[in-house]
Amino acid sequence: MRVVVCVKHVPDLQSARSLGEDGRLVRGGDDDTLNELDEDALEAGLRTAEAAGFGKDDGGEGHDVTVLTVGPAPAVEALRRGLAMGASTAVHVSDEALAGSDAIATARVLAAAVAKLHAEQPVDLVVAGMAALDGLTSLVPAALAEVLGWPQLTLADRIEVTDGLVTVRRETSTDVEVLTAPAPAVLSVTDQAFRARFPNFKGIVAARKKPVATWSLADLGVDPATVGSAGSATWVAQAAERPERSDRVLVTGDAETVPALVDYLSEKGFA
Amino acid sequence: MSIAVLVDHTDGHVRSTSLELLTLARQLASTTGLPVHAVWTGADPQAEVVAAHGADALHVVRVEGADEHLTTSVVDGLQTVLTALGDVSLLLVASTFEGKEVAARLAVRTGAGVVTGASGVELADGHWTARKTVLAGTWDTACAAASSLAVVALAPHAVQAAPLAVPAETRLVEHAVQASAAARAVSVVSREPRPRSERPALAEAEVVVVGGRGVEGDFSGVEELADVLGAAVGATRVATDEGWIGHEAQVGQTGVTISPRLYVGAGVSGAVHHKGGMAAAQTIVAINNDPDAPIFEFADYGVVGDLTEVLPALTAALRARRG
Ligand SMILES: Cc1cc2nc3c(=O)[nH]c(=O)nc-3n(C[C@H](O)[C@H](O)[C@H](O)COP(=O)(O)OP(=O)(O)OC[C@H]3O[C@@H](n4cnc5c(N)ncnc54)[C@H](O)[C@@H]3O)c2cc1C
Repeated sequence: MRVVVCVKHVPDLQSARSLGEDGRLVRGGDDDTLNELDEDALEAGLRTAEAAGFGKDDGGEGHDVTVLTVGPAPAVEALRRGLAMGASTAVHVSDEALAGSDAIATARVLAAAVAKLHAEQPVDLVVAGMAALDGLTSLVPAALAEVLGWPQLTLADRIEVTDGLVTVRRETSTDVEVLTAPAPAVLSVTDQAFRARFPNFKGIVAARKKPVATWSLADLGVDPATVGSAGSATWVAQAAERPERSDRVLVTGDAETVPALVDYLSEKGFA
Repeated sequence: MSIAVLVDHTDGHVRSTSLELLTLARQLASTTGLPVHAVWTGADPQAEVVAAHGADALHVVRVEGADEHLTTSVVDGLQTVLTALGDVSLLLVASTFEGKEVAARLAVRTGAGVVTGASGVELADGHWTARKTVLAGTWDTACAAASSLAVVALAPHAVQAAPLAVPAETRLVEHAVQASAAARAVSVVSREPRPRSERPALAEAEVVVVGGRGVEGDFSGVEELADVLGAAVGATRVATDEGWIGHEAQVGQTGVTISPRLYVGAGVSGAVHHKGGMAAAQTIVAINNDPDAPIFEFADYGVVGDLTEVLPALTAALRARRG
């Protein structure tokens, strides 16, 4: 089985994140990190491949879990983390023309990389996290499925692959569904079911020896005009940090504070 | 040019978020003069509700050969209508996981620019521009679309739904399409409705009362306040991980994103993962016994106090006021 897990290197949520003059997120801080939700995707990918024999003593012949990222040079750190967790190989798509790509343009590049991997050795599953914690759009998995023309099985919390059929369980806002589709398919996973393993020392040491391929847009045959700012159909026209609020109310005490709160709610039309 | 609205429905009923989309579309139509096309994928449209919210036309599209509820089927249906109309410059969808996936696939097919989580839209210098708050409520942005079609996923409660005094004379147009290969490839093994509570749906509720670790396993105070406010009950991830309440109640970046008119958090610290999913609430009230809790940095009204005292007193006072 061959699994490709898409991961993203993002600013740490706890850090002071900001937008630059161009309205783009300022990246490249020291505490940029692997998007936490992609650890769940990698865990899901590893477990699914392991169920098929990946990582067994015989070397898990024929099984492979590749971590894939599109991003500037420091994004290789996200791949290192993925390799330390147990992925076997890594692909880093990096090109100056990629700067400013929106989610859809990014999905096009990921799709080109998946297609190249698929041509080398068929891919069964592409797994992504449910959202990247910077942009929080959740657009990439469905867009990636659309570009590849593969079925989408998103927001899965259970995955099973048998006889070339991929089956997932998912909860939508109204239903619990079990969906199935033939491989290759594009999946995204929630953060509910695949609590990620911690890389151990052995994994971290082994990760240093694992291969990271670096591909440019030319390697993928992607026209630079279709990515980056030029290939993105949206741009940030304005960005401003929200001013400090001056009208906040803070009261201290227990039940005796309630009348004032009721008055406040009533002024706002809630009581 | 024209405006299209994807009308979401559950069990044949239009979702409240779609009424908000229709209301916004009508507002935009009144300033731009553009017609509004509502799109319903599947059978049995609730035409009178769509008419009451002022669409000029209701397009009902049947998708054949695949399950009609799948995202890809909805995209196939929507694309059929957009192609038939030929002049849609703005498509409004709800900013839910489903709505965003529809937007993503459609953007790939049409080259549309997509903005998710928008709080408003306007036509400025010939470009649709959507307002959006990012980075857990700390920055305000405006995103413009360069494409001839803009897809905007609107956050719940960005506008207040309002029916017309006199319903519009909505034209009914029917379409049919064969599902795409990607839709046909997916089969539904089973689909069970999730148990529904009497309370409003979390993502759509106007008022949400959230309990965090501070409730220490007892949600009754949160539930009673919710009921007197007609609110949905939400929870932090800690509360759902502890099993005090179902996962579907989780509010935050990996749970439900909410933007109610009123958010009340009890025993919630306001961690960034939680904040990201609720910072768009119009009014935020926090009850927490720790004066240094981060939630007080962005709450409109904070009570530094014990929730086991404050919640019952607040519920009783509101009940008394209502008589
Ligand atoms: C990848 C990832 C995704 C996540 N996604 C989400 C998400 O979507 N949603 C989410 O909520 N969290 C999410 N989290 C978890 C998040 O980081 C926080 O841990 C969580 O929000 C904290 O929940 P809490 O406020 O209930 O608990 P705590 O942070 O422990 O806060 C409890 C608060 O209750 C107060 N308190 C205690 N007793 C009382 C009392 N008697 N009266 C009044 N106040 C009291 C305390 O002072 C404290 O401030 C995520 C974490 C990760 C790693």
